[in-house]
Amino acid sequence: MSFFNFFSRKPTAPVARDRLQILLAHERASFGSNADLIAVLQEEILAVIARHVTVDRDKVQVKLDRGDSFSTLEIGVEIPPAAIEKQAALNRAALRAS
Amino acid sequence: MAKVLVVTSGKGGVGKTTSTAALGAALAQTGKTVVVVDFDVGLRNLDIVMGAERRVVFDMINVIQGEAKLAQALIRDKRIETLSILPASQTRDKDALTSEGVAKIIAELREKFDWVICDSPAGIERGATLAMHHADVAVIVTNPEVSSVRDSDRIIGLLDSKTEMASRGERIEKHLLLTRYDAVRAARGDMLKTEDVLEILSIPLLGIIPESSEVLRASNIGTPVVLSNPDAAPARAYVDAARRLMGEQVPMVIPGEKKSFMTKLFGRRVA
Repeated sequence: MSFFNFFSRKPTAPVARDRLQILLAHERASFGSNADLIAVLQEEILAVIARHVTVDRDKVQVKLDRGDSFSTLEIGVEIPPAAIEKQAALNRAALRAS
Repeated sequence: MAKVLVVTSGKGGVGKTTSTAALGAALAQTGKTVVVVDFDVGLRNLDIVMGAERRVVFDMINVIQGEAKLAQALIRDKRIETLSILPASQTRDKDALTSEGVAKIIAELREKFDWVICDSPAGIERGATLAMHHADVAVIVTNPEVSSVRDSDRIIGLLDSKTEMASRGERIEKHLLLTRYDAVRAARGDMLKTEDVLEILSIPLLGIIPESSEVLRASNIGTPVVLSNPDAAPARAYVDAARRLMGEQVPMVIPGEKKSFMTKLFGRRVA
């Protein structure tokens, strides 16, 4: 290594930290200690939603973030706009009928 | 009340056995009765690191299979009278380590000792899960290096799901022991800093063991580093870590090597 290279070398530890943070966020969700819990939650939430609107299996995202004092459960459900309109129309029809 | 502690890491070669020997010796020096238990069936090494390799007669598998009494398998340390070793079997198959057998041995050791320190094998297989299963406290040994941190994260997940405490709905007490730390390289930005590792793993810090030639010197002669050179930086770091395990508040400092005038002049080491 030349004298010049030694001083122009970039620190590598921040790269290591960022790579780990991204990788571990993913790995914790897929086989962390809460993997079973997440799978169960995903199934049950999907079942409840499916009773009212049609949703895609992959559009229900369940994420658990482990923290020091508390963990956060994040649930994201993507519903196609057509499904909501269809359901609203059905509800209106039901109201009129009664 | 006896405490069962597991020293674990997932990754191999990060310093589990060295740390088990050093923490065991440091705790025993305070007068507490301590047993260090090797769970690495087929690849036992705690005996050689502790300098007891020629005194092994019976091992844990012999006790599990009823061929020897627990008292016959325990080896009393020659330097500290409150310290004992329970060696793993070097020859038997790993399947000889049964969960019932381990449960019985741990229960018996709880009666006899203040601290039962289980040296886990690397990996996440049966030996590792059995070593952590009965633990009240876990020490996760981690090097400031991506593969070690990743594996530690995986082990933390197992500690929170596969242990007896987890099955009771309780949370196992976890501590991070950062080993082979080089403050100079961390300051230069070429090694993960303590804060980086703590932020990623989010468990409390038990101690920082600096990278030091004293650790290899200690294992060469089969003596825990806290006994071979009590003034050396890693020895002081292990003693501090042991005091924190006992609940003492000890300020966290990264012990530096005390350099003599001659080493300052000539002691240029290859990094």
